[in-house]
Amino acid sequence: MSSQKQEEKIEELLSISSIVDVPYNYNAGYYVSQYLRELKENRRILGVKCPKCQKVYVPPRVVCSRCFVQTKEFVPVSDTGTVMAFCVVTVPYTNPNTGEPKKLPFTCAYIKLDGSDSNIMHCLEEVDEKKIRAGMRVQAVFNEIRIGDHFTDIKHFKII
Amino acid sequence: MGKRTAIVGVGQTNHRSKIPECNGQELIAIAVRRALDSSGLTIKDIDAVVVGNMDHFESINYVDMWSVLGFAGYMKPVLKVTTGGTTGSAVGHAAFYHASSGLFDVVLAVGWEQNSESDTTAAIVTHCEPLIERDFYGGAIGGLASQYSAYMDGYGATEEDAALVSVRDRHNAALYNPYAHLRKTITVEDVMSSPYIAYPLRLLHMCPRSDGACAVIFAGEEKAKRITDRPAWVLGVGNSHGTTYLGDAIAMPGLPSLEKASRDAYMMAGISNPFKQIDVAELYLPSASAGVAWMESMRFCEEGEGPKFIKSGVTNMGGELPINPSGGVIATNCIGATGLIRIGEAALQVMGKAEKRQVPAAKVALATGFGGCLWSDATILGSKPRLD
Repeated sequence: MSSQKQEEKIEELLSISSIVDVPYNYNAGYYVSQYLRELKENRRILGVKCPKCQKVYVPPRVVCSRCFVQTKEFVPVSDTGTVMAFCVVTVPYTNPNTGEPKKLPFTCAYIKLDGSDSNIMHCLEEVDEKKIRAGMRVQAVFNEIRIGDHFTDIKHFKII
Repeated sequence: MGKRTAIVGVGQTNHRSKIPECNGQELIAIAVRRALDSSGLTIKDIDAVVVGNMDHFESINYVDMWSVLGFAGYMKPVLKVTTGGTTGSAVGHAAFYHASSGLFDVVLAVGWEQNSESDTTAAIVTHCEPLIERDFYGGAIGGLASQYSAYMDGYGATEEDAALVSVRDRHNAALYNPYAHLRKTITVEDVMSSPYIAYPLRLLHMCPRSDGACAVIFAGEEKAKRITDRPAWVLGVGNSHGTTYLGDAIAMPGLPSLEKASRDAYMMAGISNPFKQIDVAELYLPSASAGVAWMESMRFCEEGEGPKFIKSGVTNMGGELPINPSGGVIATNCIGATGLIRIGEAALQVMGKAEKRQVPAAKVALATGFGGCLWSDATILGSKPRLD
């Protein structure tokens, strides 16, 4: 087939658009419900301790993934911590939680809160990558209006 | 221990950013036809099919039904395997388990994706836990960028070190692989002058999104020997998962799941010195940064020495351990097919059928898969049923 003919043929090809709008309602479960309630009511970040290895996990979860024993002891951790890894996202995409374009740029940070053995993912106030390094100390800034939502009740983390 | 099993056929499409002349089934059919032709088999010889893609990319939930037309699976056992980025490599492993179990003689593995049909990053973000992590993840790009910022701050690695991996893989794709999607060589300067998509990763540090399919045929020992006198024997496999929260899995150094998966595969194959004993590697490196930070995870170099290892040139074509003669994921990423392409390319190497991208006298090859919650697969293939 000549390339001109091929081009004409490709123009005949159809593609059909589909906008999927499917609302979800996620069950937080007992452990994450405690976590979200504590954020909202007391500005406290809650973890849970594994009775076997004594590791503290944030957010709290029903079992320790390493020991596979049920966790029972909720322990508050500090609102300060250390940046373990980060990136400054500038690539446009749709946030599937909201269906809206994600606001750019934002700094995604993996933060090890003092008193915790796991990292929590949140955003930093600072979006200039030249001013951020792994190992930096940060503190949670809470929103005045809190609704029991991890993404907005903690507004962001600021460098201290 | 299962039955000895080998790969006897490999087929793939000519991957592109958009293949509008095919729907998914048509894409699959091309790869399957090529795999059958490469092995001299017909569709009647296929006893079972394992198929996979990223189901949320095309918003197709029952791909095991939807794709049947692509591989003539009517009235055959068909199993869907979808494990995120590792889908292709997990499809390959599942097909290996099928054949190795002895329940099926000849098993067809199919991985495919039409990335052009949706917003890849939005779709990837849905794998994140929705209440605690999803809003800030930034998709595969964000996860890989975060990991590399930690590696840079920990070991003094640079963006330029990662750029060398892009240059190597794109060079191989351009010169040697007619199936690759991006077939233009690039320089370190090109990478460093491309914009950030998520600091510290720039556009040319990252894989593309491609449309494409791959099919690989596995057969039990007796059958494999009848089909070809030089199959690619499966010597070892390993599969390792992270955990639910990405915050738990991010770690320094390297990639713990790849460390575990490759160690398991090495042990099964009897490999004690991977750098010496492996002749060629087809690695699922979704970003150039992974091509630096993960080298130690496969025990190719010591902790923190990824940059030195890449700069030495040993992983280039003609080096002691060529990585990604096909151009790898940096050049082609039809995600549900990507892990299976690694297995297929590694098989072609030890079968001596890799044409222009052939590493001379390759006897042992490593293929890996990566995805989702920072998890990994590893596969060792050999030109002989046992290591010498």
